[in-house]
Amino acid sequence: MSLPFLLFFVFAATAVAGALLLILAREPIHSALSLIVVMVALAALYLLLGAEFIAAVQIIVYAGAVMVLFVFVIMLLNAGVEERTNWSKMAKYAGLPLALFLLLELAHWLARSEAGATIANGAASSGQAASTRALSVLLFQQYLFPFEVTSILILIAILGALVLAKRGE
Amino acid sequence: MEFVAQHPILVVSVVKIAVLLFLALTALAYLTWFERKVVAHIQSRWGPYYVGAHGLLQPVADGLKFLFKEELTPSGADKLIYLLAPFLALSLALTTLALIPFGPATINILGHPTNLMIANVDISVLFLFAITSIGVYGVALAGWSSNSKYPLLGSLRSSAQMISYEVSMTISVVGVLLVAGSLNFNEIILRQRGNFFLHWNVIRFDHGAFPQIVGFLCYFTAAIAETNRVPFDLPEGETELVAGFHTEYSSLKFAMFFMAEYANMITVSCLATILFLGGWLSPLPDSWTWQMYLPGAGLLALGIYLAYDTVRYMRGIARPQLAVVTLMALGTGAVCLLPAVASAMLGPFWFLGKVLFILFFYVWTRGTLPRFRYDQLMSFGWKLLLPVSLVNLIVTSFVIVYPLLVKHG
Amino acid sequence: MNAVPISYYLVLSAILFGLGVVAFVFKRNIITIFMAIELMLNAVNLAFVAFARSFNQLDGLIFVFFVIVVAAAEAAVGLAIVIAIVHNRQTLNIERVNLLKF
Repeated sequence: MSLPFLLFFVFAATAVAGALLLILAREPIHSALSLIVVMVALAALYLLLGAEFIAAVQIIVYAGAVMVLFVFVIMLLNAGVEERTNWSKMAKYAGLPLALFLLLELAHWLARSEAGATIANGAASSGQAASTRALSVLLFQQYLFPFEVTSILILIAILGALVLAKRGE
Repeated sequence: MEFVAQHPILVVSVVKIAVLLFLALTALAYLTWFERKVVAHIQSRWGPYYVGAHGLLQPVADGLKFLFKEELTPSGADKLIYLLAPFLALSLALTTLALIPFGPATINILGHPTNLMIANVDISVLFLFAITSIGVYGVALAGWSSNSKYPLLGSLRSSAQMISYEVSMTISVVGVLLVAGSLNFNEIILRQRGNFFLHWNVIRFDHGAFPQIVGFLCYFTAAIAETNRVPFDLPEGETELVAGFHTEYSSLKFAMFFMAEYANMITVSCLATILFLGGWLSPLPDSWTWQMYLPGAGLLALGIYLAYDTVRYMRGIARPQLAVVTLMALGTGAVCLLPAVASAMLGPFWFLGKVLFILFFYVWTRGTLPRFRYDQLMSFGWKLLLPVSLVNLIVTSFVIVYPLLVKHG
Repeated sequence: MNAVPISYYLVLSAILFGLGVVAFVFKRNIITIFMAIELMLNAVNLAFVAFARSFNQLDGLIFVFFVIVVAAAEAAVGLAIVIAIVHNRQTLNIERVNLLKF
């Protein structure tokens, strides 16, 4: 088992374990922490795939800002243990197998796709191509309009969040 | 030895990490001594002078005290998160030290040539900010898991303060990136090479650059707020919120928070040195090769002064203690005068000198300025510091791009 | 050096997406449901990065960038809505926020 395989399985196992903990945790703060673990594991997987800028952005924005927002809201609202509800028989005995079937179906067809046959040749070979400079050239020349639109989107989101979270005065 | 030959990078990295961890933890401990001495002298008193000569054994005594204190866990505390938070804070604060280049020289460890840094990443600046962003969790989770009013309030305020000032910190660094054109620390330092120290990013005014003095001041102010130091330390001030987010922590876990705060200070100072003050570049021209004997000469001079101090002023047990320190200083000075060691030590000497300079400013502001109120703190961060750093960014980019625009019509 | 086939990353992405769907459908706390949405978006990001590597194009990474930004904006607005709901109904259980049901 070579080092890249080992690293992939370690981070993949961490991500899946984090996702399972998200489902199985009883308190929302534990779910939030497991989601942070998933995001950091995914950032490591992006590094394995050679996308170093995206890995850094994932940690700075997702794990370092969005999840901090989640943790803040959980702490402010003092979200405690979830109540038990009565699951209908349909949900327990038909829902879970159907969800797992969806998962396996997706996995099956993705594994047999044409793109999946490529072997990732390591971060070294595409290190130059996926560099920050190449990404920024692409972002600011070809995708300039979506970039400017997303900045307006963020402005709208800030204003919306301010208006919605104010107590009606 | 075969293992070493087959996996050279792994073994060399482990050796470097061990050395760096040892040096970093010692530096942390003696930074607390430095701070107490400087603040005391600002306040016209002496500071620690009883435990060991000149109080030099005070950090050791503090460490032993922390080890032997009683470990209390508040009832109703979320045990896993309660234990996790200080570990997270300390380990993240120490991880950032792996990215920092200490010098340009190539040294031989176990026969394998290597740089004076642990990880030479192409996007070091981004990674440093990523690790700093996750550092917020150490504070937030500490307050939440303590199951008590004051820590919760303290941690909410402290983490809100940290994420607010992170924005200004990042934007003031982008000005430096515009001047340097790369995210790699070594590249940023190499572009600041020039006549004497006039090419350091702080005061650089040659073609294609703009002095980043405003950026440096913004960065330094935001860094003080980011590391929760006076004058921005309301969330952990003793008279305000008991002790803020680390109220319910005792002994070793509290010591970890304490160390994490000082480690953050050191990291931020190292970053400021690399980005604005030229890193390991010396302010004297490179052609003056005699400057490689400066570290050794400085240490020998320090040793001679300590010897005079031992003989003239010390009494009792302080005499042999200071005598030991004198011998250590003289020995290290003599070793640094050997040519092989001297050329490798020159970079780290200037780097550590500049970091010490910035840390002195940190401690100076602690001894001098009063504390901000929380709403004053937040409005300062959002209404003053953020616009100033944005204006710095706009002016820098304008000055850099304008000649290119004119050239291309 | 690295011999991990891209299909491994795609299968992992599918597994994470499926677990996100399970969490979305079966949890009752609004904030946990939001976190399941973020998990699904992350799984999709992983698929994008894997495809960008296999086709050797950078457009996949640009798309990941935009997905991250949009997810951040959505999380901000969504959590503001959650705070408004809690102020009005004093509960975080979605089964109690069912005023449209008769």
